[in-house]
Formats: sequence, structure tokens, C-alpha cells
Amino acid sequence: MKIISDISIEKVREMLEEVTDPEVPVLTINDLGIVRDITLDGDRVEVTITPTYSGCPALDMIAANIRMTLLSYGFADVKVSNAISPAWTTDWMSEKGKQKLKEFGIAPPNAKPQFCNTNYFTENEAVQCPHCDSWNTRRISEFGSTACKALYQCKDCQEPFDYFKCH
Amino acid sequence: MHNTNLEPAILTEYLLHLADDALILGHRNSEWCGHGPVLEQDIALTNIALDLIGQGRNFYQYAASTANQSGLRILQTVEEKEINEDSLAYLRDTREFRNCLLVEQTNGDWAKTIMRQFLFSSFQYLLYSKLQESRDSVIAGISAKALKEVTYHMRWSGEWVIRLGDGTEESRHRIMQAITELWTYTGELFAPTDYEKSAADAGIGANLPSLKTEWDKRVAEVFHEAILPHPGGTGEGGLTADPWMQSGGKSGLHSEHLGFILTELQFMQRAYPACEW
Ligand SMILES: [Zn+2]
Repeated sequence: MKIISDISIEKVREMLEEVTDPEVPVLTINDLGIVRDITLDGDRVEVTITPTYSGCPALDMIAANIRMTLLSYGFADVKVSNAISPAWTTDWMSEKGKQKLKEFGIAPPNAKPQFCNTNYFTENEAVQCPHCDSWNTRRISEFGSTACKALYQCKDCQEPFDYFKCH
Repeated sequence: MHNTNLEPAILTEYLLHLADDALILGHRNSEWCGHGPVLEQDIALTNIALDLIGQGRNFYQYAASTANQSGLRILQTVEEKEINEDSLAYLRDTREFRNCLLVEQTNGDWAKTIMRQFLFSSFQYLLYSKLQESRDSVIAGISAKALKEVTYHMRWSGEWVIRLGDGTEESRHRIMQAITELWTYTGELFAPTDYEKSAADAGIGANLPSLKTEWDKRVAEVFHEAILPHPGGTGEGGLTADPWMQSGGKSGLHSEHLGFILTELQFMQRAYPACEW
């Protein structure tokens, strides 16, 4: 049994690199930007996370994985709490995370969130194909395989792809 | 406590109302899973269902904590147990649900499901816009989060209303039929119950009548774009200028449909009490 002592918050954050998003396994929870706070008290630690979407089904599993990971490093007690406010935004995703998404075949979120737009049939957001880098793409559906993604197709290489939509 | 000027019983009832609206519409949409007209739209509705059920969970969790903190007995059916989000969803009977009548209406065809979503999302968008400034910080947080999701729901369903209204003769006929069937349930959205009035007076809830003008405007814009007659008007295909509005759901007086929804939704917990996955 390992014993935890003199651990820093930075070190805990490094341990959390082992916890990934079950729906997009190339992303760690640090990449996603959902770790809001870490507090240390001796061999006890509390991690506060925030959901990407209200109904994100992965959140409970992520919380369990955080517990398992930190307990395996020797923490005596791990508490995971959930903070809904301020609401998560794709702006909190790391640049490294965006790069990993692209390599995985998912177009990373654009920098400027457009969720606030309530106009109907507005121009599709320009999204770059993660396969051939073409900007000549079209949106097939605003809703994709998970809540955080939209479905696109590249008009040059014809490949369909997921877009991690702005939020 | 996150606020001090609303009785726990009233706050809890208000939270249950917000949660029930989201859960019941989410459940209705989930009935489409595997039955959508094309895969992308099946997925879209399931995503919307997931968002709504998630919003419902957040409000139920808060309702459970306000009820437990104040020792409130809100479940006639369970005793001696601490209330939690699951018991609120799975163990209350129809009369204890506080959702509006609109969200429990049957799915009908695609047009009716779309119209129900559009009418409700347009309302929910305005409601959450107000609630994100609630004096209750938990309600404000849940609503600010949910607003982003509802914006997608409103845009998606509004685009479908336009597509169907300005589509073929068949699609137009169906979406007009949907308006006829559902319009009578829209009045209840803006007619506050006592708990909604108290919540609004305390700066915790929204003043519902004040949302009506903006809702009318948004709905009229989409109907205009869809070349659909506005039900408020008396022109060709329109309903009467002042149609009869059904209400009661928010006070626990539901249509027969809610009982059927709960039969399916609550089956596992009724048949195998306290079962867990
Ligand atoms: Zn391409």
C-alpha cells in the first residue's frame, strides 16, 4: 500500500491524466476542461467536476474512475463533487485536447461558440474536415452520436465525421 | 439554504414542477428511440430526451435536498425513507406530478412530436433565460446550463416546423393537424399556479404572463416562415381568436396519458422495489 504524503495539487492533476472520457477515450478529463477544483487535506482529496451537458451519461462513470485512480495512488479518502455553475464551455478544452480530437477523426470545436444563435436555418458553421483538412463540408445533423457532437460530411473526400460542437 | 424568503414546501413544489416538465417530455421523446424516420433524426430526438432528463435530474436532486432539509413529506407512497432524485421520479403517483398537460400529450406522428417540442422549447427558452437570473443560485445555475441545450432544441424543432409547413401537401396537412391538437395546451404554460406566483414574487421563479408576448412573437415568426396560419387568428385554417385552453396538469390534474407514461417509467421500481442496476 502506497502512502500519500506531501502531495501537490499539480501532482493530483497529473494523476487525473489517467482518467479519460468514456465517450471520447482520447481525451483526458483535463483535456475536456471539466475538472473545476482540487482540494487537499492530508491524505484526503476532493475533486470537483462539471458536466458537459445536463444529461451527460458519462459523468457518473468519470466520477467512479477518478475515485479508483486516486485511491490507487494511496489516498485514504476521495470525494468527487459536481458543480454545475458556471456552465461548462468548449473554451475550457485544452489545445492539446483539440489536437488529439483531430487526430482521432473528430473535428475540434471552433473558438467562437455559436450556441446562442436562435435564428433558424442560419449558415452552417465552417468546420474543417479532420481527414483531409478541407473546409468544404456540410452539416448533416446538429445532433451526433453523443450530446456533445454534431454530424458533418466532407464534400471533398466524402467522409462523414463528428464535430465536437461549440457549447 | 440558498434563499430564505420562500417556504420549503412551496420551493419544493416549484422545483418538482420544473423537473416533471423536463422528465415527462424527455420520456415522451425517448419513446421514439429506434422509431425515428431516419437515423439522424432518431438520434436528434434521443439527444434531446437525454438533455431533458438530465435537466429533470438536476431539479429533482435539488428538490430532494430542500425536502429532506425541511423534513417535508412529499411522497404519499413512501415513508421513513430519505427522499432522493429516484424516489421523486419513480415513486410519486399521477396526482403528485406537476408537469403541464402539453408535455404528456402522445407522440402522434412526426409532425405532432415536432410541434409539441417547438411550442414547449420556445417557452422553456424564455423561462430558463429568466431563471438564470433567479435569486436562488442553484436554480440559476441549472437554468444557465440548460439554456444552452434548449437553444439547440428550439432551433431544431423550429426548422422542422418550417420544413413541414412549407413542404408537401401531406406534411402541411399534418403539421396543421398538430397545431389544432396541441394549441389548447399552450395557455397553461403562461397561467401561473399559486406556487409559481409565490416563486415569482420571491424573485426565484419567473413571471409567466410576462413571457407570453415574446413567445407569441417567436411562434408567429416561425409560423409565418412556414406559411402556417396563426391559431390566434381567424383567417383560413386558423382557430378562433380566443380558443379554449385546457389546464390542470401543473396542479396535479392530468390527462389520462400521464398514468400510462408512469406505468412504463416506474415499472421496475414498482415491480422490484429498491432495485438497482
Ligand atoms: Zn475531407
